[in-house]
Amino acid sequence: MKINSPLEAYKYLPQTNCGECGEATCMAFASKLIDRSGKTSDCPPLVKEKKFAKKLAELDRLLAPEIRQVTIGAGEKAVNIGGDDVLYRHKLTFFNKTKMFFDVADNMEEAALVARVKQIAGYKKFYVGRNLLLDGVAIRAVSNDPVKFAAAVKKVAEVGIPMIFCSFNPAVLKAGLEVAKDKNPLLYAANKDNWKEIGELALEYKVPVVVSAFNDLDALKTLAKTFAEAGIKDIVLDPGTYPTGKGLKDTFTNFLKIRRAGIMGDTEIAYPIMALPFTAWMAGIADPVSASYWETVMASVFTIRYGDIMILHSMEPYATMPEVHLAETIYTDPRSPVAVDSKMYKVGNPTADSPVLFTTNFALTYYTVESDLSSNGIDCWLLAVNTDGIGVEAAVAGGQLTADKVKDAFDKAGFDLKTAVNHNTVITPGLAARLQGDLEDKLGASVKVGPMDSGRLPGWMEKNWPPKK
Amino acid sequence: MAKKMKLSDLTSMFAGMDVEALEGVTIEGDIEIDLGGLGGGFDPMLAAALGQESAILAQHFARLAGMFGYPVGIGAPAAAPAISPALAAPKLKDLIPAKFDVANIAEWTTQIQEVPIGNTSADGGSRGKRVVVGGEKALPFFPDAPMPNRNQVTIDVFDMRIGLAKAVKENYDEVMDSPGEWAKKNVEKFNADMITIHLISTDPLIKDTPAKEAAKTVEEVLQAVDVPIAIGGSGNPQKDPEVLARAAEVAEGERCLLASASLNLDYAAIAEAAIKYDHDVLSWTQLDMNAQKELNRKLMKQCNVPRDRIIMDPTTAALGYGLDYAYTNMERIRLAALMGDDELTFPMSSGTTNAWGARESWMVSSPLKEDSDWGPREYRGPIWEIVTGLSLAIAGNDLFMMMHPTSVAVLKQITQTLFGMIDTEQVDIAKWIGAEV
Repeated sequence: MKINSPLEAYKYLPQTNCGECGEATCMAFASKLIDRSGKTSDCPPLVKEKKFAKKLAELDRLLAPEIRQVTIGAGEKAVNIGGDDVLYRHKLTFFNKTKMFFDVADNMEEAALVARVKQIAGYKKFYVGRNLLLDGVAIRAVSNDPVKFAAAVKKVAEVGIPMIFCSFNPAVLKAGLEVAKDKNPLLYAANKDNWKEIGELALEYKVPVVVSAFNDLDALKTLAKTFAEAGIKDIVLDPGTYPTGKGLKDTFTNFLKIRRAGIMGDTEIAYPIMALPFTAWMAGIADPVSASYWETVMASVFTIRYGDIMILHSMEPYATMPEVHLAETIYTDPRSPVAVDSKMYKVGNPTADSPVLFTTNFALTYYTVESDLSSNGIDCWLLAVNTDGIGVEAAVAGGQLTADKVKDAFDKAGFDLKTAVNHNTVITPGLAARLQGDLEDKLGASVKVGPMDSGRLPGWMEKNWPPKK
Repeated sequence: MAKKMKLSDLTSMFAGMDVEALEGVTIEGDIEIDLGGLGGGFDPMLAAALGQESAILAQHFARLAGMFGYPVGIGAPAAAPAISPALAAPKLKDLIPAKFDVANIAEWTTQIQEVPIGNTSADGGSRGKRVVVGGEKALPFFPDAPMPNRNQVTIDVFDMRIGLAKAVKENYDEVMDSPGEWAKKNVEKFNADMITIHLISTDPLIKDTPAKEAAKTVEEVLQAVDVPIAIGGSGNPQKDPEVLARAAEVAEGERCLLASASLNLDYAAIAEAAIKYDHDVLSWTQLDMNAQKELNRKLMKQCNVPRDRIIMDPTTAALGYGLDYAYTNMERIRLAALMGDDELTFPMSSGTTNAWGARESWMVSSPLKEDSDWGPREYRGPIWEIVTGLSLAIAGNDLFMMMHPTSVAVLKQITQTLFGMIDTEQVDIAKWIGAEV
């Protein structure tokens, strides 16, 4: 983004405060544009009225992220990569989390290939109320045979997941494109030997393309610049991913330098970067568990430092689970806490004898308490009170967690302490102990103060539950 | 019968033939010449020839159409551009050379304090080596400035048998009743750079071991190994100052790391013991950069702890359980320090073992039916600890408190690779597409 204050964006808006965008003022809309929670297309006058056309174009140019955003795949599973504006996520947050593509080889038995693609497409891991997924399939042209490659592409395309075509042979890539014309696959890759042919393919089929130069940033920039001048917009950079030793250190350095140059305004190299943790499997690591570990380690390094898309091999759960979690971690907005729905949750199979607890709707607090309870087999009722996603201690101090709010939450959940349970007792977090008296008055219930840390709940329950009459 | 033919099809048809002009072309039925979408292997000379022929054809069609009263001039312009060889030629002709260059970060002006841990005989102690953490002038592993000191790993020892994840416990089961043997195993077998002895039995709610007795455990560990040690209390804010002061006394002159001073206990007592008996202080706060500044300031200004005796622990939350906050907190602290905030220019330490609190690291299988298979937990736990630690290494962490031997080995391998210490034979990655895996 070339601008960073709402005031600068405001200059390009109609300045009528018409409210059509849903904001009360153009200034409020301008700040949404700056933090990227709103788009220029959300402003109807700007889009519809001819007199604003020039301003709209200029504003779009100013608001475009420093790193180009590239779309791979088509339909609802299409993925976006790139689009970042900062080097450090706390400054703005990172957008478009690292996309993970897993490989298949075009010489695999058809049944095995289809099974693996389905496994990739069907992967999910529950996390903070959602599922973490894998993003696509990279088809390696091991055969180097256009016919075999096209056949593999056809099979993968049937599953409807974004694809990367991997070959340095233009005839092979062309064969793949012919059977998957409308799927918008990413072509891997144009290098110093084949760039003319691959570039022409990218132009002809209008697909994104990787330019590749191993450990040679001059050559990489040369390829990217040449392509851009020819009208290819959707470029991904592959500076080579060496799996071990000084090679890996060089790769890390290359990623940093490319992203820094892009963010600092060198538009000729401001494209998403591809990492290939896959090369861990070429490092001569004999034991597959160790190779998987090393691939995960490489994936972690490049998830944090600027890998926008990566090709991986191991589908072992111990490799993929930390990978998807880390991508989620690094691409979570650190400026606004993640919250869960404010409502009454059942942990295990609670009955009328089970304890009733409450905590905040800050996702981290909620899921920590929830897992502390469920992993210890404590059946109970757990109310998530809306504290605007703030943790217990800070919410008590800041007034987001009060006796009134707790009562409100019980009422909204339709949970009547006098009828739903037979003990009319509530357990408050230890960090909210000071609410005890107020809560007893408001709820008309007995309020017990739980431990400061939900990790101590099991021991606390042993001593304090069921409540003595 | 409409038969569509692309120009590129014609060119490939005539590929290899020295065609300069087309003569005697017979046209049957309708012909549509598509001049867009020129494929690879396109021959500009041939295109020019074809273009001229097309243009002539188009003129014929236009005249014919005119004769029959059809609108004229629709077909002709579509074909006309092909007359110009410049337009028909491929868009990619020559490489446009470019030089890559990017400047270093100018705002990084301040070096992180170097803090030594452990005194050798030359320093008046009995450690076989000393480790030094800190000293960075750039973010970790960044090319802007060399990193003078690599990351260090200290492996945990507890002063009593405790509950541990199965994958961890099986490595320590036979030494868990002897802190000295446990420490020895960590160093000799698992390559620990340091040992952390946690005096958790001193907690009034656990065994309430008196400080004096806990101090004996510290002596035992100091005798069992000659690496530097960190001394941890039980986390009980009432008891810890007394326990750590007593431990500091028996470890006088060894330059141990006292863990921890925090805002919710008598940090002054811990600071005083550190200065009096020649130790370092771990300044621990909970995911709050401003609290970290406050505590560091108090240690320096109120308690007069020298700068080279402070290491910070800004709290480690596990992967999937708040690592996003831990990561950002550390990265912000390190960036602020590099830009001159002298209340934050200290090396950092991470309780990486917190990763074992994540259910993904220890639970037998997912409690949720919808999840894809979690696989065997024996493999999940160590990588959870590795990824948690590695993320923080990249954010700026220097010292890692860890538990699983595999995690220690892999974390050391990757951090030392990024540090530049590890040389291997270069892999020919150009062959990755065809690799047999």
